[in-house]
Amino acid sequence: MAMEMRLPVARKPLSERLGRDTKKHLVVPGDTITTDTGFMRGHGTYMGEEKLIASVAGSVERVNKLICVKALKTRYIGEVGDIVVGRITEVQQKRWKVETNSRLDSVLLLSSMNLPGGELRRRSAEDELAMRGFLQEGDLISVQAVFSDGAVSLHTRSLKYGKLGQGVLVQVSPSLVKRQKTHFHDLPCGASVILGNNGFIWIYPTPEHKEEEAGGFIANLEPVSLADREVISRLRNCIISLVTQRMMLYDTSILYCYEASLPHQIKDILKPEIMEEIVMETRQRLLEQEG
Amino acid sequence: MASVTLSEAEKVYIVHGVQEDLRVDGRGCEDYRCVEVETDVVSNTSGSARVKLGHTDILVGVKAEMGTPKLEKPNEGYLEFFVDCATPEFEGRGGDDLGTEIANTLYRIFNNKSSVDLKTLCISPREHCWVLYVDVLLLECGGNLFDAISIAVKAALFNTRIPRVRVLEDEEGSKDIELSDDPYDCIRLSVENVPCIVTLCKIGYRHVVDATLQEEACSLASLLVSVTSKGVVTCMRKVGKGSLDPESIFEMMETGKRVGKVLHASLQSVVHKEESLGPKRQKVGFLG
Repeated sequence: MAMEMRLPVARKPLSERLGRDTKKHLVVPGDTITTDTGFMRGHGTYMGEEKLIASVAGSVERVNKLICVKALKTRYIGEVGDIVVGRITEVQQKRWKVETNSRLDSVLLLSSMNLPGGELRRRSAEDELAMRGFLQEGDLISVQAVFSDGAVSLHTRSLKYGKLGQGVLVQVSPSLVKRQKTHFHDLPCGASVILGNNGFIWIYPTPEHKEEEAGGFIANLEPVSLADREVISRLRNCIISLVTQRMMLYDTSILYCYEASLPHQIKDILKPEIMEEIVMETRQRLLEQEG
Repeated sequence: MASVTLSEAEKVYIVHGVQEDLRVDGRGCEDYRCVEVETDVVSNTSGSARVKLGHTDILVGVKAEMGTPKLEKPNEGYLEFFVDCATPEFEGRGGDDLGTEIANTLYRIFNNKSSVDLKTLCISPREHCWVLYVDVLLLECGGNLFDAISIAVKAALFNTRIPRVRVLEDEEGSKDIELSDDPYDCIRLSVENVPCIVTLCKIGYRHVVDATLQEEACSLASLLVSVTSKGVVTCMRKVGKGSLDPESIFEMMETGKRVGKVLHASLQSVVHKEESLGPKRQKVGFLG
């Protein structure tokens, strides 16, 4: 058995470790961004005393004449077409309430949900009564987001989405998930990953039969093999170490981090010094790859 | 206890993993997460400690005040425990129940003669004694609260410095208590026999040590075993609505004793190392 106790070590600031000046203009609430009145103000700013002042803590983004501040730590703000992983919190009449780490609970209407077997028909009263049979409190689903009036509305129109089976959920900040063309990745190491835009990351064993996807209603509760479990645990620890070092999450960064962590034991990845070493190596490889 | 809701499939995954001795974060059934211990973090207490066990964050402060001894134990001082759950999950009154449960457990494990030598806390029999008020503050809850709290309490008691006092008798017989002039002249408590709690959660057919919140949601019954550094069990308690059969209780107790001895050994070495660094040690505190 392993037991490790240590004294805490102060974290070194990021620029010291990287050895380069950060080019981003970081602000905190109350900081003046600019005194030039020619700019239009965007999200995260307000006008006060002839100056443009930041109202959130983050980095300043400028697009021609529009200045906005992108917050570093925020709840998920839905955009149309995002892929989201959520957990059912309530079963109501004709809809489910889903928790997606946003300001308001998201809503999944019964009419927006796949029926088992992929049938397309009008939802009847029996379907309403059987809602709890499809999805219960605590179930995880992967859905597409349709943004409307502040609360995110979800739908699972294709069989690719739906209830999730066995696997591991990791919750990170939404700002760390990079926007990409696809969020469903089958990694070559043997597991698959869904990078939800809301910061919920789902790691699961790659299913062998990809042809028929039933939207997850046939629950596969067979034990997952030990080799797959090791891959999943290693991926989970790698993702957590990337997040602790504030690196963006996308399939390449996760894969490089996985490969950098192979010489270490799975449970050692979360130790601070090994975490730093692995993420440094990942950062190096990503910089080399870029150019 | 704060808990997360999990889907059936997630619970099945966790249970099968435990059967094969590979938990979600790669640990075995008897491995602890990395623990960070720091003492002397709060300056206006007699002793304090902060323990971080994964996502669980505990702060303990010990204040020594003068009081009157209890009637049935006139030659001893005593300890008072108070636990405050300040995490957002326990908004308002929610944390009170959990706080009283933890405080009662702490009273029970310290309720024997050998844990802390209470006679050293006595100043003059039947009149004055030291009362140690131990305040536990739960900063973040990430599973396995009892273990982290007991480690923090032991570290804080080790760090406690009680000023040395002398009782002077006047000619008329009135007693005066004199504090020594040297601020570093103080008595330290011996924490050799202070027990630590090891929580063993039963998941499926096996039991795990140091469960995270997700693992606690899959376990129906747990056993809290309070173990001293020599492996002596001082107190045992079962929590949860499931049942445990006597053989598994025996196995869990043996595991608890084994794990407890290693826990104590690590804690001793860390706090001694911290003390040997002396005043030159770089304090991390809360802004590290």
